[in-house]
Amino acid sequence: MRNNVLDYLDEAVLKNPDKAAFIDKKESLTFRQLKDNADRGATYLHNEGYYNEGILIYMSKSPSEISAFFTVIRSGNYYVPIDEKMPAARINLIIQTVNPRLVICDETTIDKAANLEGEHKCILFKDVIAAEADNVVLTTIRNAAIDVDPIYIVFTSGSTGVPKGVCACHRNVIDYIESLCEALKFDENTVFGNQTPLYFDSPLKEIYPTLKYCATTYLVPKELFMFPVKLVEYLNENKINTICWVVSALTMISGLKAFDTIKPEHLRLVAFGSEVFPIKQFNMWKEAAPNARFVNLYGPTEGTGMCCYYEVDRDFAEGDVIPIGRPFKNTGLMLIDEEGKLANEGEIVLRGSCVTLGYFNNEEKTNEVYTLNPLISAYKEIVYHTGDVARRGDDGNLYFISRKDYQIKHMGHRIELGEIEAAVNALEAITICACTYNKEKEKINLFYVGEIDKVAVLNHLKDSLPRYMIPNRVEKLDRMPLTDNGKIDRKGLASM
Amino acid sequence: MEDLIEILEGIHPDVDYNTCESLIDDGILDSFDIVTLISEINQEFDVVISAEHIVPENFNSAKALYELIERLEEE
Repeated sequence: MRNNVLDYLDEAVLKNPDKAAFIDKKESLTFRQLKDNADRGATYLHNEGYYNEGILIYMSKSPSEISAFFTVIRSGNYYVPIDEKMPAARINLIIQTVNPRLVICDETTIDKAANLEGEHKCILFKDVIAAEADNVVLTTIRNAAIDVDPIYIVFTSGSTGVPKGVCACHRNVIDYIESLCEALKFDENTVFGNQTPLYFDSPLKEIYPTLKYCATTYLVPKELFMFPVKLVEYLNENKINTICWVVSALTMISGLKAFDTIKPEHLRLVAFGSEVFPIKQFNMWKEAAPNARFVNLYGPTEGTGMCCYYEVDRDFAEGDVIPIGRPFKNTGLMLIDEEGKLANEGEIVLRGSCVTLGYFNNEEKTNEVYTLNPLISAYKEIVYHTGDVARRGDDGNLYFISRKDYQIKHMGHRIELGEIEAAVNALEAITICACTYNKEKEKINLFYVGEIDKVAVLNHLKDSLPRYMIPNRVEKLDRMPLTDNGKIDRKGLASM
Repeated sequence: MEDLIEILEGIHPDVDYNTCESLIDDGILDSFDIVTLISEINQEFDVVISAEHIVPENFNSAKALYELIERLEEE
């Protein structure tokens, strides 16, 4: 019985040990190397006394970082990935939540790690895997592991200014990978081109299917996402045939007319999600990659990853909306209306093994959205309330409508506007501020009143928020427009 | 050139665009910025920056970018 995500790795090593699993421009790791690293590193971590606790991974995106994830899981701990570019203030908030005793770094982060808050030890990954593997230790850890043990915590935007750490276990990820693979049909010839950062749930789509099928994943250099022709050249050179990207990465290529110069030659699957794909851009992709299947994916981090899919099986005209389709196998999805009843239109509530363990060390926020199934009283079942509103169409497909709250999707990232406002309000000189989102232009707007200039506000935000949360436009106002009942007039601001 | 600097300052007000020659190499501009920049240039200057022009050399400095716009305006 497969009850540990690293069973996928052990199976891969039996099948095809010396095939390259993860590749970037600097290094390439085979399945055997990944297993060796995990076995040696896990022995070290065990001997140093780390067990069943969160270990921060603070490394630049690389095959080694993925190897570090496996190492931490093998040791019976759970990994907490931190972006190398994340501002120290945000990392410190994460440290306060997780309270780690160990931070695993690489050469690019070890100096910065020493300046972080907290009483943790910092160590280079290469020193972690310098130990000899001890099979007795590894077997003991493996035998004690069960599938509800956590394997990672990834942090998403929180409206109060404190990021929320979604904690997932083996069972969540195995359930996700099995159903995802059945829906998307990967195989041993799949060559992934990974776009998404490693510090979210999104790369699970590439990491575990790569192990399951002995496939290969290229970590596409981030800077290529600025240069569309070079990016398509890279896909062609490496014979990448499968991409699961956020819509904004895809529209960057089509919108800047790269297909006039070059076409992707090997693509057979283009999965996209996190945002609405404008039909005009979508049709440019379909024309440029006529042999590819196109699949729309939908799902919240709290549901482990994706939970719904729709394989495009007809033409879409401008103005149409591509549905999010139907739930994966073994995923329960209810639409619940404002009266708490099942309906054809309502909030998406998820059931099943995809529902993660909750927000780490945050009982209050967890209880708000991870609840007992409101429709069942005879026994206990935990469901997750997504805050996303959808409707079931006449064709049986689900269609995304909107968010219930102030959360937005910007360039594929989930952002609480309230978190940006909280960061701005941390400045003493700020009297009042408000953020709005212009969906059409895909811009975050910040309006504020205060004795401080725009550059100083932006510089402060760059020190406290990740890059994708920095407002695209900042306006200093003499006074904040208010509605009749004294609230910030967000509609008025949106038209400014 | 002033119009271009104004667009660039709208994106990162804290950079000295008259002297900086490593906007890409030093990671000052990222993919979000490039997309914003291109759409604003297309609106402001009646030129179309097509995919073949979107290479690091043309975006490393305000000067290089302005020269690209001038070349495109002449075409």
